[in-house]
Amino acid sequence: MNFMASKQPENSLLGPEADSQRTLYPYVTGTSVVALKYKDGILMAADMGGSYGSTLRYKSVERMKSIGKHSLLGASGEISDFQEILRYLDELILYDNMWDDGNSLGPKEVHNYLTRVMYNRRNKFNPLWNSLVLGGVKNGQKYLGTVSMIGVNFEDNHVATGFGNHLARPILRQEWHENLSYEDGVRLLEKCMRVLLYRDRSAINKLQIAKITEEGTTISRPYSLKTYWEFSAFANPAQGAVGTW
Amino acid sequence: MTKQQANWSPYDNSGGSCVAIAGADYCVIAADTRMSTGYNILTREYSKICKLADKCVMASSGFQADVKALQKQLAARHLIYQHQHNKQMSCPAMAQLLSNTLYYKRFFPYYSFNVLGGLDNEGKGCVFTYDAVGSYEKVGYSSQGSGSTLITPFLDNQLKSPSPLLLPAQDAVTPLGEAEAIDLIKTVFASASERDIYTGDKIEIVVVNADGIRREYMELRKD
Repeated sequence: MNFMASKQPENSLLGPEADSQRTLYPYVTGTSVVALKYKDGILMAADMGGSYGSTLRYKSVERMKSIGKHSLLGASGEISDFQEILRYLDELILYDNMWDDGNSLGPKEVHNYLTRVMYNRRNKFNPLWNSLVLGGVKNGQKYLGTVSMIGVNFEDNHVATGFGNHLARPILRQEWHENLSYEDGVRLLEKCMRVLLYRDRSAINKLQIAKITEEGTTISRPYSLKTYWEFSAFANPAQGAVGTW
Repeated sequence: MTKQQANWSPYDNSGGSCVAIAGADYCVIAADTRMSTGYNILTREYSKICKLADKCVMASSGFQADVKALQKQLAARHLIYQHQHNKQMSCPAMAQLLSNTLYYKRFFPYYSFNVLGGLDNEGKGCVFTYDAVGSYEKVGYSSQGSGSTLITPFLDNQLKSPSPLLLPAQDAVTPLGEAEAIDLIKTVFASASERDIYTGDKIEIVVVNADGIRREYMELRKD
């Protein structure tokens, strides 16, 4: 006899049927995002690839978006989850604007909101499979932070996701300094992106660089980096190690 | 078809060490500022120390997202306490609150290893040490985190802890002066960063005494 079994709401994650709805692994993914603080604000770079496992399925994915008046969000990981996050942020910014009180959410606030969203999804064992970079300027204060898919967050003068942590951060630790000019900042970011292009197999040679300052956000047109493949060591890699491949 | 297992973990160890030492009229709480994941350093300037009340400071190492959530929880509960009681929470009161908050998530724990330090109601230094699920104890000094196995034996040697089996129970609050305790902390972290890869970059030292709370920093090895 059924003792009035309690009914779950439709969107609950309890019970065995809900297992099929929890994220297990990502499908279409973006690779590294790299960002740094410079004299007037934040510079951020990301390529435009959307990989489907080892296939390079999409080549014009914009992985950086402007949020409100003061923030710029870059994402790596599952692209559909990034789109979901953009929908959450649309609503957040809309409600903020509807107050019509002259106040607007700054990058610190947006970063905090994103941290809470990512952490709460991790608590429900249904994460948004992204590593996010949030940068911005408000009232002269520059801000650059990052959140991972399990909610680990921090701010720093330069951040990177995924492979960027391994390949770009060391370069930035060596060469970043306070009050970089715009040209120096771009040069530094391009240096990082070039290394990633050579060494990260999911990177593609089509990238955008975004700049956010007190005046606003600009995301560049897609362009590609000059590369050099004629290093003699690469021309005959087996020369020093016979039998290698 | 067998059920798919999760290939991600809700936990990660952000590394780092925390220490606290209680004195007759002061308490020193210190932690390094390195935040790591696996073999990577995420940032060299992350504070693990949080002021919970006027005379109560907590240092936590473990999984950063859980630590942050725990700090927020306690700060919120402290605010409510202030509204209801029109005063700050005492350190022993906060100690109990922290224990209860941790045990509340006994079956999906906060991966946070805490030391709570401050002044009790008589102005004497006190240190409380915790495990991840809220088991706690008032002690004269304590260390938690990745370097704790290297730090604790040294503190035991230097601070000559009385046996916990003695009756009547003897207080382990150190007779050392404030400056000597800070010096000991610096020594202990310098040693730990030699051998623990997760400890290094900088120490943040917070001193709680009758005059209030002050902060100082010391550089550590960056490797």
